[in-house]
Amino acid sequence: MNLNYEQGKKFNIRNAYGDALLDLGGRYDKLVVLDADLGESLRTGKFARTYPDRYFQMSVSEADMQCSAAGFALEGFKPITNTFAVFIPRGIEQIRQSIAFPNLDVKIVGSHGGIVTGEDGVSHQAIEDIGMMRSIPNMIIVCPSDAVQTYRATEAMVEYEGPVYLRLMRPDVPVIYPNYFDFKINLKRGNGYKLREYGKDVAILSTGYMTHLALEASDKLNEEGIKTEVIDILTLKPLPKDIILRAADETKGIVTAEDHNIIGGLGSAVDQLLLSENCPTERRYIGIKDTFAESGKPEELLEKYSMDVRSICDRVKDIL
Amino acid sequence: MHSYSVNDLELELFATEVRMDVIDMLYKAGSGHTGGSLSCTDILVSLYHPKHGIMKHDPKNPKWEERDRFILSAGHKAPALYAILAKCGYFPREKLYTLRKINSILQGHVFTNTPGVEAQAGSLGQGLSIANGVTMALRLKKVDSMVYCLLGDGEINEGQIWEAAKNASYHKLGNVCAIIDHNGERIDGITWEIYPIRKKWEAFGWYVIGEEVKWTEDRKEMELDGHDYNFLTNAFKEAKERRNDNQPTAVIVNTIKSKGIPMMENVVGSHGRAPNKIEYEDGMRYLKEKAEKLKVKLYEFELRAG
Repeated sequence: MNLNYEQGKKFNIRNAYGDALLDLGGRYDKLVVLDADLGESLRTGKFARTYPDRYFQMSVSEADMQCSAAGFALEGFKPITNTFAVFIPRGIEQIRQSIAFPNLDVKIVGSHGGIVTGEDGVSHQAIEDIGMMRSIPNMIIVCPSDAVQTYRATEAMVEYEGPVYLRLMRPDVPVIYPNYFDFKINLKRGNGYKLREYGKDVAILSTGYMTHLALEASDKLNEEGIKTEVIDILTLKPLPKDIILRAADETKGIVTAEDHNIIGGLGSAVDQLLLSENCPTERRYIGIKDTFAESGKPEELLEKYSMDVRSICDRVKDIL
Repeated sequence: MHSYSVNDLELELFATEVRMDVIDMLYKAGSGHTGGSLSCTDILVSLYHPKHGIMKHDPKNPKWEERDRFILSAGHKAPALYAILAKCGYFPREKLYTLRKINSILQGHVFTNTPGVEAQAGSLGQGLSIANGVTMALRLKKVDSMVYCLLGDGEINEGQIWEAAKNASYHKLGNVCAIIDHNGERIDGITWEIYPIRKKWEAFGWYVIGEEVKWTEDRKEMELDGHDYNFLTNAFKEAKERRNDNQPTAVIVNTIKSKGIPMMENVVGSHGRAPNKIEYEDGMRYLKEKAEKLKVKLYEFELRAG
């Protein structure tokens, strides 16, 4: 399906997810959608109205929802569960035991990832979900950064057979990718996309919400004569190995940028990859530094917790 | 005691042989859950027995679309299910002795790599939610099969059971039948905290068959419905007959933990261990004698029937 998200304009990736669900509902008659009373936030409404027989409201019962999805998968369906990323841990053992262990074809969507969830405060800011999911065998983790990528990642997720975690976010973000962009998503191999290539001083690896900030930082640094490249990491598991190792090889160091605890998320994953490949390089981390945040506007929180554009620039300069 | 029919005798002989296999495999594995495996044996036999069992199933075609589904939520009772599946012909009986050993198709807690096992379990509280999902999926496929789900009584302490109980009645899952194996004992003690059982399921909108008999020290002397094939088969039949009434059914079944090993029966502490040598020999002798008596009785019936 042709997309029509205006590049550069801000757009909510959850709407793109909802659009993709509606489209996929027509293409996959075994696709079923389960909600835990957050259908409005997860934009499952269009699917629910078009395919009411395949939409299930499980109400505020996240653990139950994950296991019922496993039941659907056992009978040959492709269930998608929907809740906030912060409530993924509410069913994490169910996801481990009933979905990942038997390697069932269940898709788990967690929205409102990270501290940019903002005003609702710590209870609604997921900073551990990726770390928990990463440590579960068979789990694929996808963290898109704009509307176009979200749409295509949702398609790829549904096409794939096996458990996948898709992490979405609350705020609108600029559309980064052109609508015609061919992502060639391969969830078994991992995917990353080089979005800037000013030079080989430092590579910024970003994911999700942080990608558009990384691009801003890269442009700003370029004006100051610092030449970076920006790689958008779509899959946190498996990591796109080759593109990361090449960046480590060619540049003076790597800054990772994620809206998640730096323990367990992108930063940790990249470290593990670099160490296991015996590829030492300078490293700096943008992310939550193993603390809880607070209520506030997303931009205020990003500044206070050193995750804004200026902080990304500073970490790049640390390396040089 | 009610008068025996041939059906009862056949069911009881089958169950006695299953119990011998359960004790044998647990003893040889050196670890495992004896108490619950033996408290639920008669329940499982009433569902799976090739001639008198209530479930539609086909060991030669485990994935037969029209089959009734059985989901063991209390996954530690795996040995009972394994012994019955082997006896029904889902896999060779010799496999029973690979229980808990490396490279085995018989994991310590049930997993889907065993022919005939519908869902994994072992972490308590998840099976009823899975059963609900399976039932909603069957409804979409227009397959009118039953989905039986065995819960331990200690297991219903888990909060998720009540999320699932709520959703089963909200989604009008008449094909779901939850079976609560009430042996009255957990790992650390008696399940006092779960009472009342019947009233809870009724309050969650379920049709309930049976009522709990509270645990007492002389439980092993009682004749309990969980070891009465008439009660069990009638209850599961009734649940099946009501399946299109849009209301899930709960069957509360009173049982004795470790039933079949007289030295271990109704003893707190028999939950999570295999029988020791003395218990094993005592249990096997008791069950062998019982099986012989049942065979004689069956023979007498056959003679009378001419």
